[in-house]
Formats: sequence, structure tokens, C-alpha cells
Amino acid sequence: MTELKLEVSNVRKSFDDKTVLDDIDLQVAPHEVVCLIGASGSGKSTLLKAINLQIPIDAGRIVLDGKTITDPGVDADRVRAGMGIVFQSFNLFPHKRVLDNITLGPVKVKKTDRAEAESRAQGLLERFGLGDKAREYPDRLSGGQQQRVAILRALAMDPTLLLLDEVTSALDPVLVGEVLALLRELKSQGMTMLIATHEMGFARDTADRVAFLHQGSVWEEGPPSELFRSPARPETADFLKRIVEAGRL
Amino acid sequence: MSQTQAPSDEPRSRGRSRPRLLLSESGARGALIAFASTVAFLAIVVWQVRTSEAWPAIRRQFFSPEDFVESWPAVLRGFGLNIRLFLLGEVVILVFSLLLAMIRALRGPAFFPLRATTVFFIDVIRGIPMILLIIVMGFGVPALQIPGVPNSSLFWAMTAIILSYSAYTAEVYRSGIESVHESQRMAARSIGLTQVQSLRHVIVPQAVRNVIPALLNGFVSLQKDVALVFVVGAREAVREAQIITSRTFNYTSYIAATVLFLLVSIPLARFTDWYSERDRRRKQAVSV
Repeated sequence: MTELKLEVSNVRKSFDDKTVLDDIDLQVAPHEVVCLIGASGSGKSTLLKAINLQIPIDAGRIVLDGKTITDPGVDADRVRAGMGIVFQSFNLFPHKRVLDNITLGPVKVKKTDRAEAESRAQGLLERFGLGDKAREYPDRLSGGQQQRVAILRALAMDPTLLLLDEVTSALDPVLVGEVLALLRELKSQGMTMLIATHEMGFARDTADRVAFLHQGSVWEEGPPSELFRSPARPETADFLKRIVEAGRL
Repeated sequence: MSQTQAPSDEPRSRGRSRPRLLLSESGARGALIAFASTVAFLAIVVWQVRTSEAWPAIRRQFFSPEDFVESWPAVLRGFGLNIRLFLLGEVVILVFSLLLAMIRALRGPAFFPLRATTVFFIDVIRGIPMILLIIVMGFGVPALQIPGVPNSSLFWAMTAIILSYSAYTAEVYRSGIESVHESQRMAARSIGLTQVQSLRHVIVPQAVRNVIPALLNGFVSLQKDVALVFVVGAREAVREAQIITSRTFNYTSYIAATVLFLLVSIPLARFTDWYSERDRRRKQAVSV
């Protein structure tokens, strides 16, 4: 068996008396793109934040590159530095220019020389059609541009795993395409990605595997061609039916 | 995004521009009315005061031109000390209180002792009347005569003021830090920044911007409160005025000091108002 990139085992998380993650298991292989689908509140976002060590889990373990990152004594800052996460609401730093948003991590965490970090950031921006925005403040950009900058900010840290938490949900429909195109480009370069999304068309076309989350656990998973065409469990079928009715697939 | 919002913005912006138009049309008339009514009001007040029976006594006691001229140089010299203490104190307060607020914002059990100490310090200092702290430290510490420790009463009195103001200012910063959305902290941590780095590069710069009006208010207040060092005998403006009054039994020297304080604090207060107003508009423009 090939070494897994990420392995989530028996993870539980409750907020007060509400169980959000209920004994969840999930594996991601290197260079694999896994899409997490499921209704709001099914635990997608919590799972991603738990993997990014932004919220402590109650039980279970998360293994990244063979190392258990949920062990006490693990340097969480170091783990986060090697793993990117992008949020639904972009969360760019409003007081910093686009270029400085991207170079902050490399300069402060990886101690990259500032000039080098800036030229790399500029290169990233140009590659994704944002070269002329380097000196702008985030609030001067469209939502799609902001989200692409947020993805580049994560990429600037050279992550080996990228977590994306409904990155198109806050965008106008016309701006979704540019962000998804960027994700497809990353897939073609072999980036390992775990993507929580409501864009079923994107999941069907881009994901290597789709995991349907229901009541805080992985209810069903498989290649998109199978899961979308012939779901094995009634809850999955019901969810997909509602998606189709809403015109999202 | 801006395109979809444009239609709903239109009536709002039209509504906003209308009063401005009205003002510019009748601006000159409005200014004239304001000026005339102000002059009339002041004239009545001055006339009332000057025709009252007590006026000659008041004038002799508080507004004697000879005493004013005579006391001015000494009071002005003293005021120089006020200004120096104010500027130096403000710098120390701004830095020290930010440090306190940042320690208080640290999370995790490892930082508990630091956090608890800071909260205790802030609670205690805020709970003591500043004048009491000045007397206790200003007279008390030099009396210990510890080698290597400054034994100037002024030094310790000013230290007391700085501690007291820092405790309050730390709370101002804290409210600013809490006003920065949690998602900013999460984004900062997500690129591998430590807690302290996140505070320093992401949270605090935004927090400070949010509380500049409140900090400016603190400036105005400190500018007056440094005069409290006079209780340990430091020869600042109020003390100089007191020395003169004890000799002449005339209060005009205090008026000279008053004039000096007002010359600094009124422009500072106007600036604070102007800045706050500009800041409020800027925030509204962003939220629209």
C-alpha cells in the first residue's frame, strides 16, 4: 500500500452538546483531489479546520505524512506552515497590500529573503492573471480576485496539502469560474487537495474521489462517476436529488 | 459585486448629496447668521458679567493684567516641564500598555501565569486613585533610599501616572484587539504565524486603527493630568502658579496656567473630534 498523504481516524468533535464530527474516517493519497460534499452542518468545515489544527479534536487522530499531528507536543505552527487552508470568506489581511498578504508567511515563517519572496509572489500573481493587482489593497479587488489571492497566499508557503473550505460559496456566480479554473490548474500540477464544496459540477469533473458527509461522518465515498450516478445509500441519493432539483448539477 | 450593488446604492447617495447641496446654496447666509448670533450672545454674557457688582473684585482676584505679566515667565517655564512630561509619558504609555494588551490577548494554558499577572496588575492599578498612587510612589519610593534606584520624587510620581494611564490604555487596546474578527486570527495562524507574530503583524495593526480616536482622547486627558506631579513639589505650571499666589495672594497666575493648558488641549480636542469624524465616515463608506 502506498503511503497516505493524510489519514483521519475516528475523529470526534462536539461543540457544547452538539456532535459535529462523529467518528469520522478519511484518507487522502498523494496528488489526490478529494471533494467533500454534504449539506450545511454536515461537518465539512469543522473537519478542515480540525485538520489545520485550528480547533482541537475530542478524540481520534490525524496523521499527515506518517506523522500524528494531533499528538500533544506537536508544533502546530510548523504543521500549519506546511499545509494551506483557504476559507469561504477569503480573510485577506485588509491592512496589507496584495503582495504583502502573500509574502507575510514566507518572510516571517520561512525566513525567506524579502526580495526573493516578493519576486516569487509577483511571479505567482502574474501566472494567474493578477500581476497588476500586487500594489492594491484587498478591498479594491473583486471577490473572485480576492479569493484567488487568498489561494496564492496559501500556495506561497509551498504546501504539500491544500484544504479549501467552500471557497466559491461567497462569490457571485460569474466569479466562481475563475476560482475553479485556478483549482483545476493546481490539480494538473499534482497538488493534493481536500475541497469542501457545493459546486457539484466541479466535484464531478475534477475530483478523483468524492466523500459525502452526513451527520458528522463519511456516509459514502467513491469515484465521482459512481457516487453521482448510482449512490449506494438512500441519504446520498436524497442529497443528490435535492441538488439536482436546485439546479446545481 | 459593485455592479450588482449599484442600483440599490443610487437612492442612498442621492439622499446624501442633497443636504450638501442645500448647505452650499445657503452657506454664506448660514455662516452670517451663526456669526451674528455668536457675537450677540458673547456681548450679552460679557456685558452681564462686567456690569455685575462683583466684577471689580473678580477682576482684581483673577484677571489682574500686572499679575498676569509678572507671573507669565515662571508659569510658562513650568509649563515646559508639563509638555516634556506629557510627550515622554505618552510614548511610554502607548508602548507599555500595548505590551500589556498583547499579553492579555495570548491564548492557551501555557500563557496563563502571564495573563493572570497582567489582569491582576490592571485591576489593581485601575482600582487605586491616581493621586494616591502618586503620593505613595512619589514620596514613598525615594524614602527607601535603595542604592541604584532613582530617588527623584518627580521620577516616581511620573511613573505612577504612567502606570495608571497604562492600565486604562491597555483596556482601550484590548477592545481594539477584540474588535478584529476571529477569522483574521485564523487566517494568520493558517500560514504558520505564531500567536505573537499573528498579533504583531495582523491583529494589532488593525486593532490600533480601530482605537485611535479613543487613544487621542487619552492624550487630551494626560496632557492635563501630568500637572498632578505638583503634589510632590515638581515645579511645573500649576506649582509655579501656586508659588506666586502664595506670595501675592492673587489668583491671576493660575489663570495664566489655565490659558496655557487650554492652548494645548483645545486644539488637541478639536483634532480628536476631526479625526474621529473622518474615521467614522471612512468606516461607513467601507460598510456600504
